[in-house]
Amino acid sequence: MNDTITLIVNGRKTAVITDPQRPLLDVLREDLKLTGTKYGCGRGQCGACTVLIEGKRSLSCITSVSEASNKEIITIEGLTEGGRMHPVQEAFLEEGAIQCGYCTPGMVLSAVSLLKKIPTPAESEIIEWMNPNLCRCCDYIRIVKAVQRVAKGASEVKSS
Amino acid sequence: MSDKRLAEELFELEQCQSGSGAGLDLSRRGFVQLLGAGLVITVSHGQAGSLGVNFQPGKRGTIGSRLHIGQDGIITVMTGKVEVGQGSRAQITQAAAEELRVSVDRIRLIMADTDLVPDDGTTAGSRTTPSTVPAVRRTAATARQVLTDMACRRWNVSDKDIELQEGTITHKTTKRSVTYGELAKSTDFDKVYEHSDDGNATVTSVSEWQVLGVSVPRPNRRDIVAGAHRFPSDIQRPEMLYGKILRPPGFGASLVSIDISEAKAMKNVVVVHDGDFIGCAASNSFSAAKAVKAISKTATWDVPDQPSGKELFSYLKDHAQIDQGRGGRRGRSSGKSKGSVEYGLKSAKRVLSETYEVAYIQHAPMEPRAAVAQWENGKLTVWTGTQAPNRVQSDLADFFGIDSKLVRVIVPDTGGGFGGKHTGDAAVEAARLARVADKPVSLRWSREEEFTWAYFRPAALIEIQAGLDGNGSLIAWDFKEINAGSSGINSPYEIPNARTRYLRSDPPLRQGSYRCLAATANNFARESFMDELAAIAGTDPLAFRLSHLKDTRLRAVLEAAAKKFRWDKRKGKTPADTGVGLACGTEKDSFVACCAEVSVDRNRGTITVRNVCEAFECGAVQNPDNLRAQVQGCIIMGLGAALREEIRFEKGRILNAGFAGYQVPRFQDVPDIDVVLLDRQDLPSVGGGETPIIGIAPAIANAVFDATGIRIRSMPLSASVLKKAGK
Repeated sequence: MNDTITLIVNGRKTAVITDPQRPLLDVLREDLKLTGTKYGCGRGQCGACTVLIEGKRSLSCITSVSEASNKEIITIEGLTEGGRMHPVQEAFLEEGAIQCGYCTPGMVLSAVSLLKKIPTPAESEIIEWMNPNLCRCCDYIRIVKAVQRVAKGASEVKSS
Repeated sequence: MSDKRLAEELFELEQCQSGSGAGLDLSRRGFVQLLGAGLVITVSHGQAGSLGVNFQPGKRGTIGSRLHIGQDGIITVMTGKVEVGQGSRAQITQAAAEELRVSVDRIRLIMADTDLVPDDGTTAGSRTTPSTVPAVRRTAATARQVLTDMACRRWNVSDKDIELQEGTITHKTTKRSVTYGELAKSTDFDKVYEHSDDGNATVTSVSEWQVLGVSVPRPNRRDIVAGAHRFPSDIQRPEMLYGKILRPPGFGASLVSIDISEAKAMKNVVVVHDGDFIGCAASNSFSAAKAVKAISKTATWDVPDQPSGKELFSYLKDHAQIDQGRGGRRGRSSGKSKGSVEYGLKSAKRVLSETYEVAYIQHAPMEPRAAVAQWENGKLTVWTGTQAPNRVQSDLADFFGIDSKLVRVIVPDTGGGFGGKHTGDAAVEAARLARVADKPVSLRWSREEEFTWAYFRPAALIEIQAGLDGNGSLIAWDFKEINAGSSGINSPYEIPNARTRYLRSDPPLRQGSYRCLAATANNFARESFMDELAAIAGTDPLAFRLSHLKDTRLRAVLEAAAKKFRWDKRKGKTPADTGVGLACGTEKDSFVACCAEVSVDRNRGTITVRNVCEAFECGAVQNPDNLRAQVQGCIIMGLGAALREEIRFEKGRILNAGFAGYQVPRFQDVPDIDVVLLDRQDLPSVGGGETPIIGIAPAIANAVFDATGIRIRSMPLSASVLKKAGK
């Protein structure tokens, strides 16, 4: 049976009429055509589907669309503001922390949520926080460097 | 590629039983242009102007099959290679830019669209660097020469005082100049495209490289990081449906009975039932899955008896085809023979025999198999993630009984391959659904499907027997490998009496290529065994290898890795339960050596890799950062196969078909890694995406021995062996 569900995605309110049990991931990709968020496993084991729901890191493949109703959702598409990319995205570019790029949106959002909580994390904190995100190209070293680059920038701003 | 090596690769590709197959259509896509201030604007194709809607690539063997010069000065380059994260997009862009004397920003690379690009073969075998890059460079250099000649004819000058820079040809003495784009406006410019692509133009020597040899980043990286790039599973078509296939409960199953009526009654669901092929397409994947589930409940299947993982190695051994000597397909003897192994073993002072077991593993790319298929006026277009676009094109044509000219396969930059996407399974499935639905269908395999119905890196049973003479030198070497394939089967060491054999068997699982194929198994066994021999000979593992190595390139990486790792300072001086090990190897004309330090917890049976140092050499380096990333990626990926990865199966089912049960390397598994790249500018460039993986597993196994005195002769290194031997 279909329900009318209100979603607030990247600042825009949309109503979708759909089965409330559908994964949020599917609705984002198939109904809203926001294909930046990826399917990796469908079981919350790889982090490719990471989005922010009310600022919290969430796995959209195991979040039903009804659970996400009326909550602020940020996807990778929502990180670019007025044509400018988020500092985490710029850091990924500067470090070249992309091989195939499929895990990248999930990694970026995971990093964004970490840096909101801990603006200047230690390397061990980055590794622990990012561990749920898989990269099969195994580009982990450069991804950590990208997060450190943003953190370094933040600490420099802080101390200036 | 040598015939022999081609035969090896083709054989391992043949191992994939089903051929089935399925890119973003750049002539209709909006180009995203990035301005200096980071502003992103989308420019429609018409305005970008590089390719007209009626663009036709030139005939095979012509410049026009590979290049197109836009009147706006943008150069479109076409290649049949794909981008799966290994860096081909940047590298081929660099190759063209170098020879055309332009910056990479002027190049638009179209990859893997069978309507538009030449057939550059499967993206496999580390062939892009030694084959496709030279082909692109030759064509670009020829085009450069043809354009220069055109300008010279216009000005009636010789090409002596000509300077080329950023797409502008200048005659230095008279200061006359013309751009490539302006030349492209001439009425007879088509002649350029008809010109043969293999002129006498010389490609730029390494010492003069301006673009090659530079760490050029991936050209479409901004799209990737913005989430804007459409991977195969992201492709959108108007009125597109989502598909799902009914899978049997086990391999080789046949359908006994089924009832599709409940699914057929579902609103807006298309059901396709064609023999044992059953699939559904609906307006979203959830509905398609619901329909398939309803059908699945009614289905009864006959699953044949088949071996389980528990009896894998005895089964492979029992079914190993009897070696019939050189030649012939059954039990063919691959690999080199030298001297007399029987004599060597008889004269040996010490003889050692051991068996190694290597489990099935899988590539598990982040993006599972996916395809979008669309039929229009009898023509089929499939966007799909495959490493073999032309093979998928012919598989689709064969399957549907149509001319391959009516099949267009497009491979958008894809979410990982690693040798696991040589087949176009999803492409055929999507096309079958789309034909019945009469609408485009997007089909993406689930992770469970990807772990079950794709294919695996073959398991291997390897038996080695070798003899040492009175001086502790190798006098005999008898290497027999069952099932995995002949990649990396030959020893690089100097041994007077040697025999190397590969025997086929009856594999219980579908198997095929993997990153460096069977060399991952063969090098593990060889380099572990070399270490065992060194121990018997009472010689340091590094010295033992060097004393048997004439190959200067392999010696060079071995010495470089040992030096960076400080092998001499660390060997024999590690604290309790910590050890160091090393391994080396050569495959695909590149060379790798790996040193590792591990610490072991015998009670828990855990192995922790603390530090890895790898030295790698593949001729002249074309993109240092990308190569470094490939080496790091290989090391970390290889850790998984060395320590944890193993496909478990029973009754035709994969038991660990997900990331919980099949544990691939994560952030927390990454050791300290040092990479030493030897840039041999005097040697031809070869690929580097595979070979770096073959050093890590044996280096770890050898380090575990150093730490504990215990030999673990399996991949993954079974921790239970440590526990048992522990006390």
